[in-house]
Amino acid sequence: MNFLEIIFRPASFDVIVQLAIMVLKVVVVVGVIMLHVTYATYFERKSIGHMQVRLGPMRTGPHGLLQPIADFVKLFFKEDIIPAAADKPIFYMAPVISIFAGMSSLAVIPFFNGFVIANINIGLLFVLAMSSLGAYGIVMAGWSSNSKYSFLGGLRSSAQVISYEIALGLSLVGVMMMAGSLNMTEIVKAQLAYPTGMFLFPQILGFFVFMVAAFAETNRTPFDLPEAESELVAGYFVEYSGMRFALFYVAEYIGMIVMSLIAITCFLGGWDGPFQIPYVPFAWVFIKLYILIFLFYWIRATVPRFRYDHLMSFGWKILIPLALFNVVLTGLLKTLNVI
Amino acid sequence: MVSLQWYVWLSLTLFMVGVFGFLTRRNIIMMFLSIEIMLNAVNLSLVSFSHFLNDLRGNIIVFFVITVAAAEAAIGLAILIALFRNRASANVDELKEMKG
Amino acid sequence: MNEILFGYLSFAILALSIAAITRKNPVHAVLLMIVMFFHLATMYLALGAEFLAAVQIMVYAGAIMVLFLFVVLVLNIREEEKGERFASGWPLGISLAAGLLILILIITDKVLTGRQGQFTQAVILQETHTKAIGKLLYTQYVFPFEVASLILLVAIVGAIVLAKKRLG
Repeated sequence: MNFLEIIFRPASFDVIVQLAIMVLKVVVVVGVIMLHVTYATYFERKSIGHMQVRLGPMRTGPHGLLQPIADFVKLFFKEDIIPAAADKPIFYMAPVISIFAGMSSLAVIPFFNGFVIANINIGLLFVLAMSSLGAYGIVMAGWSSNSKYSFLGGLRSSAQVISYEIALGLSLVGVMMMAGSLNMTEIVKAQLAYPTGMFLFPQILGFFVFMVAAFAETNRTPFDLPEAESELVAGYFVEYSGMRFALFYVAEYIGMIVMSLIAITCFLGGWDGPFQIPYVPFAWVFIKLYILIFLFYWIRATVPRFRYDHLMSFGWKILIPLALFNVVLTGLLKTLNVI
Repeated sequence: MVSLQWYVWLSLTLFMVGVFGFLTRRNIIMMFLSIEIMLNAVNLSLVSFSHFLNDLRGNIIVFFVITVAAAEAAIGLAILIALFRNRASANVDELKEMKG
Repeated sequence: MNEILFGYLSFAILALSIAAITRKNPVHAVLLMIVMFFHLATMYLALGAEFLAAVQIMVYAGAIMVLFLFVVLVLNIREEEKGERFASGWPLGISLAAGLLILILIITDKVLTGRQGQFTQAVILQETHTKAIGKLLYTQYVFPFEVASLILLVAIVGAIVLAKKRLG
């Protein structure tokens, strides 16, 4: 059932109930994901701290458990400074667009069998379309601040995001070919019917390209050039402060979670696992999510940053050809009935 | 129900907005944007014809129009960059080297 | 489609496109165009063309407009804002556009619609729009499809050659 059809039908009790269920689903998903974002920051500081033989946050609450809440309160009460020469409407809108681009993809992700906000036929295309909007938040923030540093950071990072988006899209083509559908729920069901239970094994190349591109899309190490502290201060959001800065920060974590969820849905078998966990149908999605989020932190603590020209040539000359090769290989194996 | 006529009128008005922009703006970026508006107006009419005639051919043409629009934008903006390198101006009235 | 939805979408599309072409600053114009494309995509969705709606967002909002924004930013066309907004002959432009509009509006009443095809909404809904379009593209329209890919190849090579700095 399409959202437009629900709103624009003559009102009846049935319609109101459907609308209420939809709103409830949205509230639940957004609430759960925002809670995860809050504690993802804590988890990151703790795990990287331990990897570097430090303790991480310890003071606020037991083992620093209240640290994210303290951070939030601090950022919320900070003064919101807007540069005098900034383009105000665009400056206000940029962080909101960053969040919107990440959040909207959550609508099509199935958390367990039958639980998805919008079960649409073009789910995967919708995800790609929404993630392609992420570049706007960055470029608008960089441009509207009217500062050299943020402008350079914005240009760099939008060039990076646009380049890696192509690899990201192409890496999912193999999944589309194997599932024969763009509907996210159908993709998971196709994986359950497949012998290995997930598309990771025939699509290992696609998964590799997807994860590398996801790191670049979310501006995480080793692709966090837009935030290169020593070269560009903090990149595109250098002029932001207070809540608006927090919005960019949250957008980065939402991006990470959404990319992990897409990887889970398309490559790792969605809500299914090696054994059933009774009464918690969404357990496997979240277990897989935590593993992938940990992967993000692990790589951040391990790998040094790319140089900008290396990053671009890696994207264009290695990842995109690899993704194209994966598409050809998948097609070949599918015609030969091997997979 | 909204009839086909309404869609045709909407697409026509949108097309004329594009024509107006193309004729009156002298900034080359704005002229490109006006061309995009015109292409989108045509796409809208094709999709609505497709819907009301129960025929997918209109949708297929839209698919090709979008492809060509992407190619056109890439080439047009590359020409603009090459031009800007020589003249540092995006105003089409100032580009009159070929004038005898 | 519902009248309220159509009214809102058509008003938004027209208002946004008029606002876009009258902006002095090209960056604002590009951003307004993106919002306009979203409304257009919603209209495609309501017309049952879900694949095209996704392609509209992906290609227009996600690729073409980013390209525009990038060029505007790299070339720093901010200086251009100082000049006149419209060309001196703008009354002629608006009367030409209005004249054409009226001329075609008169003609649209006389248009004969063609035969009904086989892809009714029920058929498309059952097969899904993406699959139906894909089948047609790879069977009946495979030659134009290949030509389209050739056009894209030419555009890639052409854009690189044109925008590249001359060496030596």
